[in-house]
Amino acid sequence: MPLILNDDQKLLKDSAKDFFSKSMPVKQLRQIRDDEVTECYSTDSWKEIVDLGWSGITVEEEFGGLEFGYLGLGVILEEGGRTLAASPLFSTCVLGAAALSIAGNQEQKSELLPLLVQGDLILSLAIEEGAAHAPQRTRTTASKSGDSFTINGTKTFVLDASSADKMIVVTRTSGEAGSNAGLTLFLVDSNSKGVSITSHKMADSRNACTVVFDNVSVPAANVLGQVDNAADDLQDILSIGQICISADMLGSTREAFERTVEYIKMREQFDTILGTKQALQHRAAQLYTEIELAKSVVIAGLQAIDEGQRGDALAKTASLTKSKVGETFTLASSEAVQMHGGIGMTDEEEIGFFLKRARTTEHTLGDVRYHQNRYGDLLGL
Amino acid sequence: MANLETFKSEATAWLEENCPASMRKHGGGADAEFTRKKRSGDSLLWLDRCAEKGWIAPSWPTEYGGGGLSTEEHVALVGIMKKMNIPAPLGGMSLTMIGPTLLELGTEEQKKEHLPGITSGNVHWCQGYSEPNAGSDLANLQTKAEDKGDHFIINGSKIWTSGAMHADWMFCLVRTDPNVQKQKGISFVLFPMTDPGVSLSPIKLISGQSPFCQVFFDNVRAEKSNLIGKVNEGWTVGKRLLQHERSSIGGGGSSRFGISMTLNDAAKKYRGDENGKIDDPLLKLELTRQDIDTQAFALTTKRITDETMSGVTPGFATSMLKYYGSELTKDSAEMMVSIMGPQGLGRDDDRDNFSDDERGSTRAWLFTKALTIAGGCSEVQLDIISKRILELPTG
Repeated sequence: MPLILNDDQKLLKDSAKDFFSKSMPVKQLRQIRDDEVTECYSTDSWKEIVDLGWSGITVEEEFGGLEFGYLGLGVILEEGGRTLAASPLFSTCVLGAAALSIAGNQEQKSELLPLLVQGDLILSLAIEEGAAHAPQRTRTTASKSGDSFTINGTKTFVLDASSADKMIVVTRTSGEAGSNAGLTLFLVDSNSKGVSITSHKMADSRNACTVVFDNVSVPAANVLGQVDNAADDLQDILSIGQICISADMLGSTREAFERTVEYIKMREQFDTILGTKQALQHRAAQLYTEIELAKSVVIAGLQAIDEGQRGDALAKTASLTKSKVGETFTLASSEAVQMHGGIGMTDEEEIGFFLKRARTTEHTLGDVRYHQNRYGDLLGL
Repeated sequence: MANLETFKSEATAWLEENCPASMRKHGGGADAEFTRKKRSGDSLLWLDRCAEKGWIAPSWPTEYGGGGLSTEEHVALVGIMKKMNIPAPLGGMSLTMIGPTLLELGTEEQKKEHLPGITSGNVHWCQGYSEPNAGSDLANLQTKAEDKGDHFIINGSKIWTSGAMHADWMFCLVRTDPNVQKQKGISFVLFPMTDPGVSLSPIKLISGQSPFCQVFFDNVRAEKSNLIGKVNEGWTVGKRLLQHERSSIGGGGSSRFGISMTLNDAAKKYRGDENGKIDDPLLKLELTRQDIDTQAFALTTKRITDETMSGVTPGFATSMLKYYGSELTKDSAEMMVSIMGPQGLGRDDDRDNFSDDERGSTRAWLFTKALTIAGGCSEVQLDIISKRILELPTG
C-alpha cells in the first residue's frame, strides 16, 4: 500500500485541524490547568469530539462505530497533538476500544462498545507499576475464590483514571513476576469497594493517577479474554496504543518545530535575524530531516494496524515507531526551548507546554530505551 | 488494476525466459555501469535482450527506445526484478541523470540524437561539473566556452569525473559569460570524449582505486545544437540534473561493494558468543539503532516516492534524502569495519589473509566517505533544506 492518505482521510485531517485549532487551542489546556479542572480536560470539548463521531472511529459498525480505521484515528490524534488537546480519546478510544475489540467476548463488546462510542463510558488501562514499562513484571495479583476474583496491588501512571467509569486492569493470576504466562485482564468498575484513586498533578497538565486495589472483588464474568493467557492480546493492545500515541506525539513535534522556525525567522539579535545564522540553520535542517523520518514511521505503523499486522511483527513495528518518534519529540522540544532563548523559559510562552508533553508521552507505554531494547530482541541480536 | 495484474504475469514470464541464470546469482549485476563495448557473455546477452524489449529504460517513451511503461508498471517491474534477484541491465548516470534531464528539458532533435544511444546500451556518459576550485561551491566553475557561431571552443579542466575513462560523451557546465553574477554566466553543453582536445589523468583514492579522473580540455569543440537550454541559463538545467543525481546517491547499500553479509550477520559472526548471540549490550544497541534508522529511511524514501506518484512534486525533498541516506550508508560502512576489527583493515591486494567480504568492507568504508562529499556535500544539503524548504533568511 502506498504510504499516503486517501482523499477521505485527507478531508478528515483538514476537519480535525480546523476543529482542534478553533475549539481546543493550547490556551484551553492552560485554562484547564489554572482552573484545576478535576478531569484535566474539558467535558464540553469531549462531547463535541463524540458528536463528530471520532470516539467510534475505529469501532465496528455493528457496535455503532464508523469503522474508518487507524489511519483515520491517527490523523485526528496528530492534529490534536498539534494543540496539545486534552481529552480521554487516547485512554478510552485507543486503549479501551482496542482492549474490548481484541480481548472482549461478544457480550462485553455489544454491551460496552456502543456506550464508549456515545461518550457514556470512559475507560482507563491500569498497567504500569513502576518507573519502567514492563508488563511481564506485573505483581498485582488476582486470586480466584468461587465465581469471583480478588485483586490486590498498586497501579501507577493510570491515564485519565480520575474520570474513568471502568478500568482495564492487568493482573497476575499465576506465574512469577517476569513471566508473560499467568497474566489476566479484568474490567473493574472504578467505584468498586476497595479501589482507591489518587490523582496526580502531572507536568503536562494532564491526568494520571495511582490506583490501589485492596481486596477488590470482581466477578469472573469481568475477565477480558482468557485467564492466565492475556499476554498475546495485551501485546497487540499495547502495540496499537504505542503507534497511536506516536501519532499524537508527531503532531506536537511538528507544531513545536514549526513554531520554532517561525520564531527564528523574526527574532533579531546582533543586528540581524537569528535565522540567518548557519549554526541554527543546520540544526533546524537536521531536525526537519528527523521529523520527515518520524512522519514515515507513523503512517507506516497506522497502516500496519489497518492491514491486520499483529503479534511480534506489529510489536516490532510499534517499537520502530515509538522509539523514532520519541527521540524526535524529545529533541524537537528541547531545541524549541533553546532556540526560543529566555522567552522559552517563561510560562507565558506556550512552547514550554510542548517540552512537558514530550516527556510524559515519552513514558507512555514504554520509553525509547524500552523500545530499542525490544526492537533489538525482536531482531534476534 | 486487472491490466496491471496481466502486466505483472507477462513481465515475470518474460524475465524467467530471458534473464540468464548467471545474472541472478550474487554479483550478477557487477557490470551494470558498463555499456556494450565493455561487456561479454551473459552480461552482454542480458543487456541486448533488455535493449530490444525497451527495458534498459522501462519508463521512457518507446520512440526513444524506452519501454513506454506507466509509473505503476515500472514500479511493479522493479519489484518483480528485486524479488527474482535480477539486476538492472544498466546503471549509472546515463539513466539516472542526463537521460531524465534531456527528457524534461531537451529539444525534440536532442532527444532523438542522444536517448537511443542510452536505451540501446551503446553510449556511456560522464558528468563535467566539479573543478579544482569549484567543488561544493560549484557555481564558481571557470572552464571557459567561447562562442564561435555554430559551436563553442572549450578550455579548462574538470575533476572527480566518475568513469571518464569509459565515457563516450560528457555533459558539462561551462562558463559563457565571466562578467555577470557567477550563476548567470553558465551554460550546459554536450560533446564527445573522442575530441582530440580531451585528455585524462586518473586520480588514485584512499581506497586504492581510481574510479575518478581529472579531465583536461584544450580547444575542445561543442556544437551549438548540443546546448541544453539557453546560453547562460545552464545553471537551472544543471541544478535540475542534480536533483536527479541526489535521488540516486542517497541509497546505495553494501551490495555494490560485493559484500554478501549484513551488518547484523557480521556482528554475530565476528562478535557473537557460542550461540551466535551478541553479548555486548553497547554493540547490540548500536546495531538496533542503525537498523531502526535504516528502516525509517527506507519508509521515508517509499513515502516520498508514493507522494510523487500521487502528483506531489518532490523538489527539494531530494536534498533531505541525499543528506540522510549518504550519512546512513557511511555510518553503516564504518560500523562494518569496526565490527570486523583488524580483519576489516587489510590492504586490498592481500587476498591471502583477508576474505572477499573483508576487503569489500574495507573498500566500502573508504569509498563511502565520498558519499557525503560528492553530489553536493552534507553541509550544502543542509543549506538547501534550510533556505529552500524551511525558508530561513540569508544574511
